[in-house]
Amino acid sequence: MTGSILAADDRLPEGGAARRSRWQLSPINRRRLDNFRRNRRGLWAFWLFSTLFILSLGAELIANDRPIVARYKGETLFPILIDYPEEKFGGFLARTDYRDPVIADEIRQHGWLLFPPIRFSHETINRDLPAPAPSPPTWLLTDAQCQTAAAKTGGTSCRDIEWNWLGTDDRGRDVVARLIYGFRTSVLFGLILAVVASSIGIAAGAIQGYFGGWIDLVLQRFIEIWTSIPRLYLLIIISSFVAPGFVVLLLILLLFEWTSLVGVVRAEFLRARNFEYVNAARALGLGDAAIIRRHVLPNAMVATLTLMPFVLNGSITTLTSLDFLGFGLPPGSPSLGELLQQGKSNLQAPWLGMSGFFVIALMLSLLNFIGEAVRDAFDPRKTFA
Amino acid sequence: MTGAPLVSVRDLSVVFRQAGTETLAVDRVSYDIRKGETLALVGESGSGKSVSALSIVRLLNYPAASHPGGEIRLNGEDLLKADEARMRAIRGNVITMIFQEPMTSLNPLHTVERQISEIVAIHRGLTGAAARTRTLELLARVGIPEPETRLGSYPHQLSGGQRQRVMIAMALANEPDLLIADEPTTALDVTVQAQILDLMQELQRETGMAMLFITHDLGIVRRIAHRVAVMRKGRIVETGPVAEVFANPQHEYTRALMAAEPKGLPPPEDRSKPVIVEADTIKVWFPIRKGLLRRTVGHIKAVDGISFSVRAGQTVGVVGESGSGKTTLGLATLRMIRSEGPVTYLGQRIDTLGFDAMRPLRKDLQIVFQDPYGSLSPRMSVAEIVAEGLSIQRPDLDAAERRRIVADALTEVGLDPAAMDRYPHEFSGGQRQRIAIARAMALSPKFVVLDEPTSALDMSVQAQIVALLQKLQKERNLAYLFISHDLKVVRALANHLIVMRHGRIVEQGPAADIFAAPQQEYTRALLKAAFAA
Repeated sequence: MTGSILAADDRLPEGGAARRSRWQLSPINRRRLDNFRRNRRGLWAFWLFSTLFILSLGAELIANDRPIVARYKGETLFPILIDYPEEKFGGFLARTDYRDPVIADEIRQHGWLLFPPIRFSHETINRDLPAPAPSPPTWLLTDAQCQTAAAKTGGTSCRDIEWNWLGTDDRGRDVVARLIYGFRTSVLFGLILAVVASSIGIAAGAIQGYFGGWIDLVLQRFIEIWTSIPRLYLLIIISSFVAPGFVVLLLILLLFEWTSLVGVVRAEFLRARNFEYVNAARALGLGDAAIIRRHVLPNAMVATLTLMPFVLNGSITTLTSLDFLGFGLPPGSPSLGELLQQGKSNLQAPWLGMSGFFVIALMLSLLNFIGEAVRDAFDPRKTFA
Repeated sequence: MTGAPLVSVRDLSVVFRQAGTETLAVDRVSYDIRKGETLALVGESGSGKSVSALSIVRLLNYPAASHPGGEIRLNGEDLLKADEARMRAIRGNVITMIFQEPMTSLNPLHTVERQISEIVAIHRGLTGAAARTRTLELLARVGIPEPETRLGSYPHQLSGGQRQRVMIAMALANEPDLLIADEPTTALDVTVQAQILDLMQELQRETGMAMLFITHDLGIVRRIAHRVAVMRKGRIVETGPVAEVFANPQHEYTRALMAAEPKGLPPPEDRSKPVIVEADTIKVWFPIRKGLLRRTVGHIKAVDGISFSVRAGQTVGVVGESGSGKTTLGLATLRMIRSEGPVTYLGQRIDTLGFDAMRPLRKDLQIVFQDPYGSLSPRMSVAEIVAEGLSIQRPDLDAAERRRIVADALTEVGLDPAAMDRYPHEFSGGQRQRIAIARAMALSPKFVVLDEPTSALDMSVQAQIVALLQKLQKERNLAYLFISHDLKVVRALANHLIVMRHGRIVEQGPAADIFAAPQQEYTRALLKAAFAA
């Protein structure tokens, strides 16, 4: 009798699937996912942002000055992928300008071509502007203003010209196309920077926290000195003698961005290295690398994942502000910061500043909402409550 | 002990609501406490004993907690309906509490004087010299020597026992009618436990207050309580005068609890068995460094010259108070921390080996830790936890073989191998400790350090773990170094005993001899405290 009643208490946990395959989430992670879903705003922000980002990854298919597919004299062509010389269509340029009415007509007579919905790439200059650049959104124009441009295509009103939904910038490039490409550049830049910087930061924090002692002391002091360098001024100085491309800029920003996660990871490692299960692993003969990877790192990942969306936000903002100041990506590249800058210098063309502002505000807000939801999801009080 | 009850709890229920689900923690519990009487609430962790006691002073986490029914009457007044102002007047004045962990129940930034005089000031309006006089009086009464010198001390400057005495002084400051003591001695060493229990009994005799004593230790119940209520899963399954309940338990759960003391005998002392691990005057000294150049000015001698040898199939028990260096000794034996002095494993010196050189030996030398909640990684499944050592020590095995060994180890410790893909948080404390033992056993060790493997567990589960350890030792001819402060458990497992204090050996010899005729004063005190009840 004694045995039976105590054994009843010591019964194994019941319910649920007894065995879980490799790909199913652990109960803790399932609860985290539920917590994330429960934050409706974060969930919506996540879906909206993902959609926008995936769409922008295919920016060439949405806004381009070349057709996606064309058929010319029985031959199927993919101008979006391949540069065809213009002599193929009876012209003389090395690269075909498909927006040239002569070429377009030539192809249409001997086949067909399929353009993306927006026939401007981020660098395409609209040569038939109804008003001098920066020209306003087409729907803001009067038919009188459009007349000259419309006449070229044989029309009379604004409906007959090629539309610039948000106008053009000061060089006659379509703002929508530049926003789509700029959004992609910003997010990609931010993502790469955040991921690489976090990896370096986690590694540095892990080494500091796990080994402690002199390594910790020296690295801590180094980071303190390093972070006290005013990074913006240094960037301005560096970019004045190195022409900053995407990769160079990424590397320069990486020099400073990696320190953002070190403190958190170090603290988590300092705490976790004395856990009994870490000691138990040591008694089993596991080496330091294995202990860090299997036992300590998962603890630090919670804090890291919570901060990650905000690091991403910070990276995007840094790039935008550099572009705004003119020290960012090389001239001509699509960039939200550069659009803002144009808006500042062309106050008579408010569509520049406004569209730049709204896209940046939307992007950063969505990321912040996602960040909040992630923080909720990993909140131990909610996960383990 | 007659007359109207001081506190009368009737059909009290407590419900906790979280994330849409409701848990019934206490289910229609009723009990009375009379003036001058001690009622003990006994049960395992999670049985609802603390929750039902905290409801009396309404100190639960409201509104997550709620009382769907019942009433609590203090001298006829229903406390569940009283407003917050009235409750504040009652708490700390009519009803006071002491908790399990005195370190965290005292504010670390306040001196002893400030902690106590605050209560006196709030409820009695005493300030200045009057408050100080009262504080000194209280400190003297709870047996703190030279109370004047202790007024300015901070909690961390006091020992565990003294801290608990300060807590009691605070609880007594306003001469309460009821003192609720929530496992007040669990965190203390055995010798100190006995002193605190004596003090509480003495104070009760003097003041005539009632006590509600929450504990999971039946020895303490027998020693201090007049009446006992046994709780299980939120219900009181049996209640009555202590003598009656102990002489003639009615409910099978009560009987199970009483039978739960560790049973069985340690292996007989056998000098012919081969020596597995031997340590010769090992020392673990932690340097104390001072000044700019970090010069070593002295040492904390955690382990100071201890020699022992463990033979196959035999158990060496290490007992002593907290801080006596028992755990450090265990870790040093396994080369988990630096130590001086030769340690040999099967005649081979291992104290000179580095971490990499130790690695192949790790499968023979294993350890089981005290806290089964802390020693299992919450992010790994049971199979991963148990197989972890195999992946390092036996890289020749494929996944299926590894799984088979894990299943065998789990079966051996009495767990269903079907549960190996679950996560630790789904298991109870006793089951977790079995998993931790399985992790050590999967490597087929020859020597296992057991670092208080039972002290974080409930009494009934302790006995099961002790039985399991005895079985494993017999089957596998294991050598154990068993570290514990619980002499009842040690008596069931160890055939050789080391009594430690301040890093040194007080007494050493065959366990039977020491239990029968302790030679040293300190050993006698330990034994008296442990087996007095």
